[in-house]
Amino acid sequence: MKKLLQNIYSYLDSRFMLSGLMEFAKKKKVPEHKHSFWYYFGGICLFLFILQVLTGILLLLYYTPSVDAAHESIKYIMSQVKFGWLIRSVHSWSANILIGAIFIHMFSAFFLKAYRPPRELTWITGFFLLLIFLAFGFSGYLLPWNELSFFATQVGTDIAGTIPLIGKHIKTFILGGPEVSGATISRFFWLHIGILPLLTVIILGIHVLLVQVLGMSKPIGIPESEVKEVPFFPNFILKDSLGWMIILALIGVLCVFFPWETGQKADPFAATPLGIKPEWYFTFMFTTLKIVPSHIFSVEGEVLAIFAFIIGGILLMLVPFLDRNAAKERRSPVFSLIGWIVVLYILVMTALTYLLP
Amino acid sequence: MNRRKFIDFFLGGSLVGTIIAFLYPTIRYILPTKQTEPVVKKITAAKVGELAPNTSKIFKFGTSPGILIFTPDGELKAFSGICTHLTCTVIYESDTGTILCPCHNGRFDLNGNVISGPPPTPLEPYNVEISGEDIIVSKKS
Repeated sequence: MKKLLQNIYSYLDSRFMLSGLMEFAKKKKVPEHKHSFWYYFGGICLFLFILQVLTGILLLLYYTPSVDAAHESIKYIMSQVKFGWLIRSVHSWSANILIGAIFIHMFSAFFLKAYRPPRELTWITGFFLLLIFLAFGFSGYLLPWNELSFFATQVGTDIAGTIPLIGKHIKTFILGGPEVSGATISRFFWLHIGILPLLTVIILGIHVLLVQVLGMSKPIGIPESEVKEVPFFPNFILKDSLGWMIILALIGVLCVFFPWETGQKADPFAATPLGIKPEWYFTFMFTTLKIVPSHIFSVEGEVLAIFAFIIGGILLMLVPFLDRNAAKERRSPVFSLIGWIVVLYILVMTALTYLLP
Repeated sequence: MNRRKFIDFFLGGSLVGTIIAFLYPTIRYILPTKQTEPVVKKITAAKVGELAPNTSKIFKFGTSPGILIFTPDGELKAFSGICTHLTCTVIYESDTGTILCPCHNGRFDLNGNVISGPPPTPLEPYNVEISGEDIIVSKKS
């Protein structure tokens, strides 16, 4: 048996140069220091993405993307298909945890100034991955065609519609028409299972390749004596997989005790239900739009707020080029302070969403 | 233009032409086709006696929702059901006698004017008339 395995390995090795890969993995070192804990969130994001792909493929077997059948097919998955409730709950819970893990991963990279040269492109590809996963969340939210997702889509796409000059065209393109309809569900499905996964594979591939080529950054100001280096394989990978197992156990518990809801089927001609909220990761924007006055200096408040979010996003993407101190391996407390203000803003606005009437 | 430059130009132009020949139909395919639905200007929103005073009904006005309100004073009023903030469908709150958008707490009075919250403009009012047993709602010209 051992000889057979050895023969298979040497057959594959001579064709795929596996020993070269193994050598690379064994030689590759990962810095270990007091902030190393945060590094594991990148691996957790990757693991959750794989989980999304696997459960998504399984859901495709029974899901039907049409106004008449979408909600019914989700109900069928949840109530009739064996372990359907588990597959869908894993998909939904892991999607939410994935967005949370991406936020943690992004802000930890921000505060550790991991974006500084030569890792600017790692940061920028990561920023685009955040946008892509928010788009995954937004498009996936409509697919069960329930009343919450229907109105969330209506509000979300109308936000895009307020962008000056091109907003209306963008909105019509996203919706496949002037309002949320059957064309929208087809388009969101197309985005969710076709375009976004394709973009993810390309950008995630570049992101991971850059991490492998450039290695992991060491935080500014930590003395060399306090930074150890551990082998990527097996030390780092084993710790990474421990994190994955913990997350998997957490998802299992959540799915068993809180299976994902199906909700009421959407009715485009029904009144919006009271207390409606989007998914938690959009709530800070939702509450901002709720409390912003109708007009600020004769400009519509919502337009100004959306404009501020767009500018904020662009600045966040360009932070490696703005933070000149970090680029010169010097501390940049102003950027850290701005980062903490943004984190605090997101946390307070998210909390207010659930506390305000 | 020498022969080499001509061939470069010819091949480059063919490449650009091929790319456009692929892209144009793809982009036109992706962009939604304009749907020509009949423009609804008048509709029967409810039957006389269907609504009790201080209640409301959401009705279909073309492809959008409208709201018909039988006010506590016994008056029938109708508006576009779409909030002018971010297009959620509004509801009538009988205890406050106002129209509320549940998405961002925008509030309108029974003339459609904004009382509070983020909506930038009033609700679009509709004409209401009674014809026999029907309550007819129409767009203001």
